Amino acid sequence: MEIFNHDSNIHFLGMRKYTIALAILLMIVSIGLIAVKGLNYGLDFTGGVSMTVDYDQSVEIADVRAALEKGGLDGAMVQSLGGTREVSIRMQTKDVPEAADASGKINLDRVAANVTKVLQAARPDAKLKNPEFISAEVGAELRSDGTVAAVFVILGIMAYLWIRFERRFAIAAVATEVHDVLVTLGILALVQREFDMTVLASVLAVIGYSINDKVVVFDRIRELFRLARKAEPEEILNRSINNTLSRTIITSLFTAITMGALFFFGGTAVHGFAVTMLIGILVGTLSSIFVASPILLWLGVSKKDLMPVTKENPELARRP
Amino acid sequence: MSDFPRWKYALVALMMLFGVIYALPNAFPPLQAVQVTANREAPPINDALKQKVEAGLKAKKIAVTSVFVEGDHLLATFANSDVQKSGSDEIKALLGDGYTVAFKLQSNVPHWLGAIGARSMPLGLDLQGGVHFLMQVDQKDAIDKQENSYADDVRSLLRQKNIRYESVVRNAVAGQGITVILRSAADRSTASDAIANEYTDLNVSEGANTGDRFVLNVAIKPEKLRELSRSAITQNLGTLRNRINALGVSEPLIQQQGDSRIVVELAGVQDPTEAKKLIGAVATLQYRPGIGQPGDPRAVDAARTGNIPPDANLFYMRGDHRPVLVSKQIIVTGNQLVDASSGIDQESGTPKVDVTLNAAGARKMADFTNANVGKPMAVVYVETIYETKIVDGKEIRVPKVTETVINDANIGSPFSSKFQTTGLGSPKEASELALLLKGGALAAPMDIVAEGVIGASLGQDNIDKGFMAVMLGLALVLVAAAVYYKLFGLVADIALFFNLVILVAVMSLIGVTLTMPGVAGIVLTLGMAIDANVLICERVREELRNGSSPHASIRAGYEKAWSTILDANVTHLIAALALTTMGSGAIKGFGVTLMIGILTSLFTSVTLTHAFTAAIHGNRKLKTLSV
Repeated sequence: MEIFNHDSNIHFLGMRKYTIALAILLMIVSIGLIAVKGLNYGLDFTGGVSMTVDYDQSVEIADVRAALEKGGLDGAMVQSLGGTREVSIRMQTKDVPEAADASGKINLDRVAANVTKVLQAARPDAKLKNPEFISAEVGAELRSDGTVAAVFVILGIMAYLWIRFERRFAIAAVATEVHDVLVTLGILALVQREFDMTVLASVLAVIGYSINDKVVVFDRIRELFRLARKAEPEEILNRSINNTLSRTIITSLFTAITMGALFFFGGTAVHGFAVTMLIGILVGTLSSIFVASPILLWLGVSKKDLMPVTKENPELARRP
Repeated sequence: MSDFPRWKYALVALMMLFGVIYALPNAFPPLQAVQVTANREAPPINDALKQKVEAGLKAKKIAVTSVFVEGDHLLATFANSDVQKSGSDEIKALLGDGYTVAFKLQSNVPHWLGAIGARSMPLGLDLQGGVHFLMQVDQKDAIDKQENSYADDVRSLLRQKNIRYESVVRNAVAGQGITVILRSAADRSTASDAIANEYTDLNVSEGANTGDRFVLNVAIKPEKLRELSRSAITQNLGTLRNRINALGVSEPLIQQQGDSRIVVELAGVQDPTEAKKLIGAVATLQYRPGIGQPGDPRAVDAARTGNIPPDANLFYMRGDHRPVLVSKQIIVTGNQLVDASSGIDQESGTPKVDVTLNAAGARKMADFTNANVGKPMAVVYVETIYETKIVDGKEIRVPKVTETVINDANIGSPFSSKFQTTGLGSPKEASELALLLKGGALAAPMDIVAEGVIGASLGQDNIDKGFMAVMLGLALVLVAAAVYYKLFGLVADIALFFNLVILVAVMSLIGVTLTMPGVAGIVLTLGMAIDANVLICERVREELRNGSSPHASIRAGYEKAWSTILDANVTHLIAALALTTMGSGAIKGFGVTLMIGILTSLFTSVTLTHAFTAAIHGNRKLKTLSV
């Protein structure tokens, strides 16, 4: 079975002015969105309040969650503590309405009063204990580690592609990579999905996915350059994209199927992960086809850069 | 096909077998158990105790699956966590204070699997719950320590500048500063300038004079004090993280709460008592000049009469409790320690801890050992444990400091930064000590104010959904691959299945904690693992279209796809490596999963499928390929 015509010869490079312009526009819009709307950081990043709730009779976690949601307190993390009568609740202060007092400062007592009201509406025997502010789990440490890791991964990928391919490939890959991550983050900022630890992991996984995708096309470009006798870069790049098109799309589809299953049936815990990954797969696939190769062409890739280095024949050099 | 060597078939078969065996333990969910260990004073665990527990549980009609003695502890297993909770409460009430009763997950894996090192993956906090500790950081102690060290610094500064002083004394209450008493007004003003110049974090002010005593009050600036408490908690967070990493709990939650509290949640910790010991312990070593040997007449005398020389402390040797006199002077403390590792001393065959000091510590150690060859040096182990006492009806927490000498031997030859400490009781003790020392010093002592068992944050429902999604995603990809690539797709399916098996096996073997993001990582890995097969199949199709013979197409397909697969995976691996090194909680677990997944998929989707393809198409004459 074949979905795609293997003789397809769509002139992708012909649209490069438009696709690159669109990519740059998307990047600018994304940066704008991230700057203006910002990411909707979750409890992992912002910290919040933590409290313990005691019940006289045993209680189901799901009921506590339902009671909170009914009272408009979304996004709370509920855990059972020890026995069946004690639960721990963690939530962001911004999720609690009227948490701030007159001076605009978050007031722990008001938060506690609010939560108690909501819980007692469902179960009068709920008693709230020791509310306390908690710091973000993703501390400054992780943020600095994250920056180091990001620099490390960019340098690592660049170095590898530089050695295995050529300088221009390394630059094109990293540039497209930055585009993919920015646009993915931009979309997350646009729809204001909660950005928690799993979403962060997913964004980082998008880097892995999209670099994988680009390298396959680059590999074909290198191969065709080496095989071709007459190598018009534009022609070669276009042929490479077309030749790998069915694999690009099939792999994206397969990965998307698994992420789709995770999204539709995996429950709330992996929702953010799956959504981010689906966005990333879409962005990454499109940029593999429409963005990465035009950048290569623009950087001036040519056949002679990619030929395996052969020892020059001293005999030949001496000839006139 | 002749171009697939026999050894590769063997390798593939071996890997498949490895995968199945080492993934197998995950099919045996652990039992909910309650573990009883005897405290030092209590009578040891024996059959009588076992019968007592059995009878007690039976009297309360609590269904227990089994009660048995295992080594130095007793285990009672229960059908589910609800019964486990009531069982634990009952056993606690039954046995009283002498025993530690804790929850445990008792492995249900058959013995022969355990014997070859196969074990199941530990599940994360979100999937199975764990233990929860709330720890209080003693900020006062951090300030205390800092003031002590400033007092020492001021003293040496004055000596260095040749300023004569009467005394440099720390005030009794922490945070009240240091009082320096000088001989003249002139001395005082030079001292004041010197201190203010050298230590910008100190406030210097003149106090009242009495006769020829000229007082200088030295206090730590308020902003420095604030920074101190802030850094005390950050350092403690870091130290805790190190200690917990050493415990092997890979996805702990360690979080600051309020100004001086830290929350620690450990998933699936088998033995909370052990964890508590390591997390809560404030242990450090002090190297001090020894006075005589352990059991020395002077020491025995001091122990008997209570007349201890003013410059000495009387301690006891760990193990044999012989009294020993040790100088009050401290040469080097655990704070100056850079690294510690345990091992066995080649010469004596006893456990040892190898210690590496920082530059400052090494200098002090070199100075001391150079001047004191042949004289004794003692290693004092200082441990702080907090006890709760009821005073006037109120609970107060009292620190209890135990100081034991673990080693007191003559200095053979001078040494500086690297040396070893021998004379530890057992290899376990040595490794625990090394762990504590390496985990770094706590900036301020911490004690556990609350502990409890927490349930899974996701709930069974969510977990079931997650696993259902994995299975569904996998099934869909399997079907899609088989439909799209027919026989080659089926081979890829087998590879994908074994990829999952081998991935689980490797994760279990190295003990990666499985969390929900980890599950998502596995799903993602499976989705992407099929990519290599897509590449191969597309290549084979291309070759066939270009008119190659089936066998040649297979060969060319694998050969040409290989370089692409390698490049794509190595770059992906670099990205995964970054995730792993970023190293905190969910992200690290996810990164590790991804990394292992990339490696296993490289094997299964290339070598394993090649073996199957070669076996199927082997020596047959082929007209077409089913791809």
